Amino acid sequence: MPRTQIYNAVTERLEILDPAGIVDEELMPDLDGDRIRGIYSDMVRMRAMDEKALKLQRQGRMGTWPPIKGQEAIQAGVAHAMEDGDWLLPAFREHGIMLLRGVPGHLIYAYWAGDERGSSFPEGVRVFPVAVPVGSQWQHGTGVGLSLKLRGEKAVAVTLGGDGSTSEGDFHEAMNCAGVFQSNSVFVIQNNQWAISIPLHQQTAAKTLAQKAHAYGIPGIQVDGNDIFAVYSVTREALDRARNGGGPTLIEAVTYRLGDHTTADDASRYREDKEVTEWEGRDPILRLRRFLEARGLWDEEQEQEQQAAAQAWVDEQVAALEAMPPQDPSDIFSHMYADLPPHLAEQMAEVIEEVGS
Amino acid sequence: MSTARNRVADADDPQPTEKLTIAQAVRDAMADEMDRDPSVVVLGEDVGVDGGVFRATDGLIERFGSERVIDTPLAESAIIGMSVGMAATGMRPVAEIQFMGFVYPAVNQLLGHASRMRNRTRGRMTLPMVIRMPFGGGIHPPEHHSESYESMFLNSPGIKVVVPSNPYDAKGLLTAAIRDEDPVLFMEPKRIYRAFRAEVPTGPYTVPIGKASVDHEGDDVTLISWGAMVRVCHDAAELMAREDVSVEVLDLRTLNPLDRETMLASVEKTGRAVVVHEAPRSNGFGGEIAALIGEHLLLQLEAPVLRVAGFDVIFPAAKNEHLYLPNRDRIAAAIRKTLNF
Repeated sequence: MPRTQIYNAVTERLEILDPAGIVDEELMPDLDGDRIRGIYSDMVRMRAMDEKALKLQRQGRMGTWPPIKGQEAIQAGVAHAMEDGDWLLPAFREHGIMLLRGVPGHLIYAYWAGDERGSSFPEGVRVFPVAVPVGSQWQHGTGVGLSLKLRGEKAVAVTLGGDGSTSEGDFHEAMNCAGVFQSNSVFVIQNNQWAISIPLHQQTAAKTLAQKAHAYGIPGIQVDGNDIFAVYSVTREALDRARNGGGPTLIEAVTYRLGDHTTADDASRYREDKEVTEWEGRDPILRLRRFLEARGLWDEEQEQEQQAAAQAWVDEQVAALEAMPPQDPSDIFSHMYADLPPHLAEQMAEVIEEVGS
Repeated sequence: MSTARNRVADADDPQPTEKLTIAQAVRDAMADEMDRDPSVVVLGEDVGVDGGVFRATDGLIERFGSERVIDTPLAESAIIGMSVGMAATGMRPVAEIQFMGFVYPAVNQLLGHASRMRNRTRGRMTLPMVIRMPFGGGIHPPEHHSESYESMFLNSPGIKVVVPSNPYDAKGLLTAAIRDEDPVLFMEPKRIYRAFRAEVPTGPYTVPIGKASVDHEGDDVTLISWGAMVRVCHDAAELMAREDVSVEVLDLRTLNPLDRETMLASVEKTGRAVVVHEAPRSNGFGGEIAALIGEHLLLQLEAPVLRVAGFDVIFPAAKNEHLYLPNRDRIAAAIRKTLNF
């Protein structure tokens, strides 16, 4: 008997907006000028938030901060494709999308400044707290997607994570279970090509991360992650499918981490400046601005206004952060369980005796 | 006086009872709660069509369907990780890890997420979930099927740890665990899953989490134990009674939060304590109990607190498991040692 071909897979990539700001009109999603200007404003605000955090960290007013610079198109594109009831499950380089999904900016700052209240989101904000153990959040995204499906909610769990996290066993288990259960899940890999110092080719021998979807029996697609329109389009399509019972999708959004891994990292130890400079030329914010300007939707005056508005907004968030009263020392005990057990009451009393309430 | 082996519902409890094993009592707790609360779901490996490898979920899929009794892929981390996602969004998952020896891949989800969510969100996001897992030795299985890893979870704040030793407590404690607003690790003593039957109320009831049970009153020494070892302690108490030694048997039932009050009151009365557990002796929970008794009752003690526990070795394969497991005679020897100190 001859060997036969039993499986043949193709992985697609979508690009709509090129680095010069020119779009493929046929593929352009249905977004009007106001909406696109709004998306651009959101991206400018994300960058301002990021840059301010780096300054605050250098001044000792912020803890370790993982910059999102360069990844704004993914975060804005996914957020704008989502709907009200959808859940967001971030890893830890997702400040931008968390903001757009309703987490107040000063709480994002508070979390990274070392305050648990930064993960205590307002009622109704459907966002999980930051997930630090790499890749663990993929599993939650499958669980939330299954929960939404079982309870008949027409909503989707959108999970984000980095390229490094695809090497974790949890990524495999999450994708596999999402495929089996056809959960209401969309998984977005922010492939910024570096996991601290390890480049993608040292994470995997696979040519793309999107192709991993084939092994789980779910759709997978690669998208230019610095192309806001492509990110929006593929996410919208995946969300529509999941929302209507069509099951999960894996999206690989290829971007670049323009900053260090965190403020505790120095990326010049392991990568070439030339590579960074090249990617700076593909900056997702500049790209969208070029598009807006070419269409006559944006001018220098609007740019100045927007930058000033973003700065003012950031200053408000910093003021709100710094106006937060300190936590009560008892707070490290009070939220361990629904009711305070006697041994914790005793330990709480020890701390209060030491430092006062 | 009631003992672990024949404990029955309160005499004034109007509920009819039936004789059940621990495995049946566990199943009934899940069935009653699923009946009462549509947000309760069961998930794990082989829990559906097969009814669980120990039959602890037998019949649930026929009654509640495959959307509420979910056979999962063979993926422990996913079972717990998905449960975190489900519990955070309005469901009450009861997850099964088939054997405690297989819990390692799920520890990241248990200790990295389940135990921390309430605290790290300052109470905004809570996880009402139960993680059931058979533990302990005595059934001559292959490797990795006999472990007692409670210490790992007891030194990791944020997760309640509950261990029944009899059918009545198994049903009442599991019901309480499913209704609890926080993650509960529910360790089931597989060696006695079907070793005996006891009267169990047919309807729902709870046994409170965090309350130990004085199973057998005595004056000379307190045996402190949990899970399958409680029965071995009763055997030792009977043996010692023939030597006119009056042994109090304390079944902790919950290891976190520990019912210190009941435990310390008992040891204060007897002046002697022996802790019995299957987990390895060094750095085990027995050490914590001995330290607590020392801190609170040093001057009331007639002898040092002794530990009868597993040895600090890898749990032996089937042919040697008898060498490892604490038995009646080892416990009796420790009791005599405390009496002759």
